[in-house]
Amino acid sequence: MATSRDDFVIAFRSAFLKKKDKQKFSLLTLLFLSIFVLILSNYNIKIIKYIKFGINEFVYRTSFLISTPEKKIKNINSQIKDHMKIYENYKNIELELETLKQKELITKFLKMENEKLRKLINESINSKEILAKVLIDKESPFLKSIILNKGSKDKLKIGMAVVDGVYLVGKVIEVNFTNSRVLLLSDLNSKIPVILEPIGMQAVVSGTGGDYGKIEYTKKEYSDEIISNEIIVYTSGLGGLFKPGIPVGKISKKNTNQINFFSDFRQLEYAKIISHSIENNN
Amino acid sequence: MSSLNKNTFLNILFSYFPIGMLFVSVFNDFDFNYLNIDYFSFNFIHILIFFWTLKNPDHLGYVSIFIAGIINDVIVGLPIGISSFCYLLICIATAYIRNITLSPNFINDWLSFLFAILLINSIQVMILDLIFLIEIDYLEYLINTGFTFLFYPIFFIIFNYVNEKIIIKFND
Repeated sequence: MATSRDDFVIAFRSAFLKKKDKQKFSLLTLLFLSIFVLILSNYNIKIIKYIKFGINEFVYRTSFLISTPEKKIKNINSQIKDHMKIYENYKNIELELETLKQKELITKFLKMENEKLRKLINESINSKEILAKVLIDKESPFLKSIILNKGSKDKLKIGMAVVDGVYLVGKVIEVNFTNSRVLLLSDLNSKIPVILEPIGMQAVVSGTGGDYGKIEYTKKEYSDEIISNEIIVYTSGLGGLFKPGIPVGKISKKNTNQINFFSDFRQLEYAKIISHSIENNN
Repeated sequence: MSSLNKNTFLNILFSYFPIGMLFVSVFNDFDFNYLNIDYFSFNFIHILIFFWTLKNPDHLGYVSIFIAGIINDVIVGLPIGISSFCYLLICIATAYIRNITLSPNFINDWLSFLFAILLINSIQVMILDLIFLIEIDYLEYLINTGFTFLFYPIFFIIFNYVNEKIIIKFND
């Protein structure tokens, strides 16, 4: 009995401390080093920040270069699929265009009316847009995020909204000198204040880790109202982080708690970062 | 006696295969997630590190594994150092298995692999959830562990083939 325990201790100690011929460090040393790095990376000291920026810049750029062939293959695959469905798509687009033309007229009128009303209460929303290229869009099963090629040198700040066309994609959570990380709406840690229109109910959209989000913090009556209405979800602008009225997604008819995002996060090539300010001229 | 395998390019290619694959997979996130099959994911890096540190640790240095972990954290967006810590825990598990095993056998290795990745993923989940307060899907981790375990034999065959080539070329 004592011998088998001794064997275990010897094997375990040897695993930790003994170096193989070509290993420069023992496992124990590297293990302590990784714990040290883990602790150190959470301190917001200037020098650590700069080292982190440096590592991020290098890794993002290298990853972008290394994943170029994979991206090309993916693009070719999607191009072939698109070509196969070209006629079907054309017919659908023709129908959609007709409907959109009709809707545009109503939208123009509403936009003008909205501007007039804002003038009446002396309020105006100013927003700036920065176009960015998606450097890395790794579909990690655990964290959903993308890397953009714009950073603090382009005056990006943590918390800014990121859109794909007009649809919300996520928010900036990390800013380096020439690039930044965006947390996608689908990530489990993403929570966005929204308004459900046309019922006008405030809610929070949370990520699920999948392709859809879920609606939280709403009254029970909302489930009844959704059956009779087609609910579109917009940012509410509460908390001042996001510009109000950015379209987020549509509530699923099958599951009233589920929101299908307008943007397809897997197809992102470019994105716009929006900064806004609401001016009250009173 | 002259060498039977004089192709130096192939020698270099085979000897750097584990390190090359490790860095390409951390930079490129090689796990077929882009297939977008619901809940399907596996951790190729865990398989790679487990196999090579068990069978031929001379061709996959611990320092490279440590650096690969840092790169993985930066790309995935995890707290820097956590992947290095987990990868090194795999190395400890394999070093221990190597020390206690007299006659290597595939089934033993496969079951040890399951035990190792379950332990490592549990540690990672605990650190992320309890210390860093990052919300994570436990089910996703469990399924990832399951698929990683199931994929091990396929990669075992491929890596074993490469490993044999390396051994032959180095003993030649």
